[in-house]
Amino acid sequence: MGDNNFEPKIVAFVCNWCTYTGADLAGTSRMKYQSNVRMIRLPCTGRIDPMFIVKAFESGADGVLVSGCHPGDCHYTAGNFHARRRWILFRQLLKFIGIDESRLFFSWVSASEGKKWVDVINEVTDTVRKAGPFSDYHRINKEYTLNG
Amino acid sequence: MMRIGVFVCHCGENIGKTVDCPTVAKEVIKLPNVVYAIDYKYMCSDPGQNLIKQAIAEHKLNAVVVASCSPHMHEKTFRKAVSAAGLNPYMCEIANIREQCSWVHDNVEEATKKAIDLIRMTVERVKFNFPLSEIKVPITKKALVIGGGIAGIQAALDIAGAGYKVILVEKEPSIGGHMSQLSETFPTLDCSQCILTPRMVEVYQHPNIKLYTYSEVESVDGFIGNFKVTIRKKARYVKEDLCTGCGLCTQKCPIKRAPSEFDEGLSNRPAIYVPFPQAVPNIPVIDRTVCTYFKTGKCQMCKKVCGRDAIDFEQKDTLITEDVGAIIVATGYKLYKIDKKGPDSAVKGYGEYGYGKYKDVIDGLQFERLASASGPTAGEILRPSDRKQPKKVVFIQCVGSRDPSKGFEYCSKICCMYTAKHAMLYKHKVHDGEAYVFYMDIRAGGKGYEEFVRRAIEEDHVKYIRGRVSKVYEKKGKLIVKGEDTLAGVPVEIEADMVVLATAIVAQPEAAKLAQTLGIPYDKYGFYAEVHPKLRPVESSSGGIFLAGACQAPRDIPESVAMASAAASKALILFGNENLEREPIVAKVNESTCVGCFYCKKVCAYNAIEIKELKDKKGNLIKVVASVNTGLCQGCGTCNATCPSKSIELIGFNDEQIFYQIKAL
Repeated sequence: MGDNNFEPKIVAFVCNWCTYTGADLAGTSRMKYQSNVRMIRLPCTGRIDPMFIVKAFESGADGVLVSGCHPGDCHYTAGNFHARRRWILFRQLLKFIGIDESRLFFSWVSASEGKKWVDVINEVTDTVRKAGPFSDYHRINKEYTLNG
Repeated sequence: MMRIGVFVCHCGENIGKTVDCPTVAKEVIKLPNVVYAIDYKYMCSDPGQNLIKQAIAEHKLNAVVVASCSPHMHEKTFRKAVSAAGLNPYMCEIANIREQCSWVHDNVEEATKKAIDLIRMTVERVKFNFPLSEIKVPITKKALVIGGGIAGIQAALDIAGAGYKVILVEKEPSIGGHMSQLSETFPTLDCSQCILTPRMVEVYQHPNIKLYTYSEVESVDGFIGNFKVTIRKKARYVKEDLCTGCGLCTQKCPIKRAPSEFDEGLSNRPAIYVPFPQAVPNIPVIDRTVCTYFKTGKCQMCKKVCGRDAIDFEQKDTLITEDVGAIIVATGYKLYKIDKKGPDSAVKGYGEYGYGKYKDVIDGLQFERLASASGPTAGEILRPSDRKQPKKVVFIQCVGSRDPSKGFEYCSKICCMYTAKHAMLYKHKVHDGEAYVFYMDIRAGGKGYEEFVRRAIEEDHVKYIRGRVSKVYEKKGKLIVKGEDTLAGVPVEIEADMVVLATAIVAQPEAAKLAQTLGIPYDKYGFYAEVHPKLRPVESSSGGIFLAGACQAPRDIPESVAMASAAASKALILFGNENLEREPIVAKVNESTCVGCFYCKKVCAYNAIEIKELKDKKGNLIKVVASVNTGLCQGCGTCNATCPSKSIELIGFNDEQIFYQIKAL
């Protein structure tokens, strides 16, 4: 954590219709943000299985963001509500088993909110950079794996 | 064995300036299963696409990753190119290195690293893609039109005229809608019924149109191209096949004093009635809330006089099901009734104008009936209280419109024009009368509209006063209208004989209920929402359901007719195809592992999950599993994430694809 050159890996699971399009808009508007984020496009945040988040941490992510349409704007009517419920539960589960839940983020970014996307990514990146590498997760993961 | 080709686009300088494309190509060719990688200036250009096609043939590629702009931009282009080279289009994936990489980062080293990461993730994903083909869904080439006003009539005639069957459902006993109540229409002063009734008759006689009046849509199942609609045909207590429309029953009915809906309460009708003489169909209905027989069990006068024995007091509502491929919603509007608080508590009403308290304070539709030759006064302007000719009439605009504190924020759009028309008609009929109009602004955008208002002011000498009215009260047989002239900056008081309020156009009271039945969104006022306000103004967000007329927002006649024809053409575009083709991104059930918990059914917003019974050869039930109706499934994947036994997967975004994409971080 004392590593000043640490660059976090951020994974963003986003829906195709709002956040992915909003992120495209940030691009077409030539807004700039930090390059740490890797986006995974899904049709809807409702598609996001909590296992994706586990897998992301396991694959070296230091922070995970879930982002979809604003409440009421879901392209598929209610997928984002399912996503939010799962996210809240999953975050509590992380806390329960002693994993730092503050590395899991959630946001609503619409197709017209390119600027908001930029702000969200910069904020998430800064927060995770400050928190340092997610070594806790890897340590716990290793212990569990070794113990079968 | 996967043989993947990666094509890195420079997009001129758009990508090439920030991402070192040659390095990217050199790096990604090292990835397992990548057998070919190349960078090129414009991958979407013809030579670029040819490059992909040639490489597929030369290197026997069975999957392609194009690193370029957003998939929203050129995914279709590249899938088409891949398809032209004989590869399944769904074996092509896009890595977005423009909108989400080169355009948002400055540092070449960082952007290049990110581009390589994104491509690596996409390469891992594409390994688990498999060939897919578009889903074909057959189309029932028959339309349902809900609402028989001018919009519904126009839509029905257009579709029927193109040779397709139409079911037209109208909840009132006759088609015609509000337009049939109007005296004249702006800006031409055409007689409304003279232009409308021939169309009503045309609907009735058209061999392709099946008309259900006094009927409502009870339920709608299915999806675009394949709706199943249940229509409730309310009991008329008159057998339609026997009635000749002679009218004897309505003449002999002893009840004479039920308020006429058609005349907006300004005249009375019997218990068995036809709404208006030109009604289509010309078949009466019995209003059982006022009928003596239904109240006391005695009378049956209508039955006695009917020579065809068409009266049937025992008639029940009937439910009819129809299969249709498209639905046009044209349910129109209502006028805001200002004497009472609306169902929306935000509506405070306008008690100070005395509507409902003073007989001579009327609304716009009531004035239409007064001015109409077929109305209660045969077109003479006589005020309701004492049937005397009013010599001074005050028209108040924007009652409930553009007034967030007491009514609605929106502009009702047609009131400026119809008030000018009312004032003009009044002056044409009462030459020595005075007409005053209180207005906020005059909104007369439309062909010939501004000229029309100018004509009312300059030729017919209607006095326009800019300002609001604070109070209307009665004093010595006069209605005192107190207001303000904001241009002169003085208070105004007019002793009027009659006051006409241009009340707001509101959504039908049952609009939200119908929207729930249809599964279409509506705004906070109950007006139906179009999918895009500029480019798709007559489509609802539910496929195959289109909008026409004032159910979508306040609309005048020409706009309603234009929308109706547009909606009809949308339905006809659909009917022009034998099958609907859609992306094969739908859910699929693994029946061997499904345990039939139906969590997927609970979370599905489209009712796409069906219950399927698996039986052995002898017909014994083995188990119950979920099954996906691919016509209804929209491909959100919520079921996939919900399934506890991982037995339902979203094709195109399945678990392997996503997991391996994540693993390649």
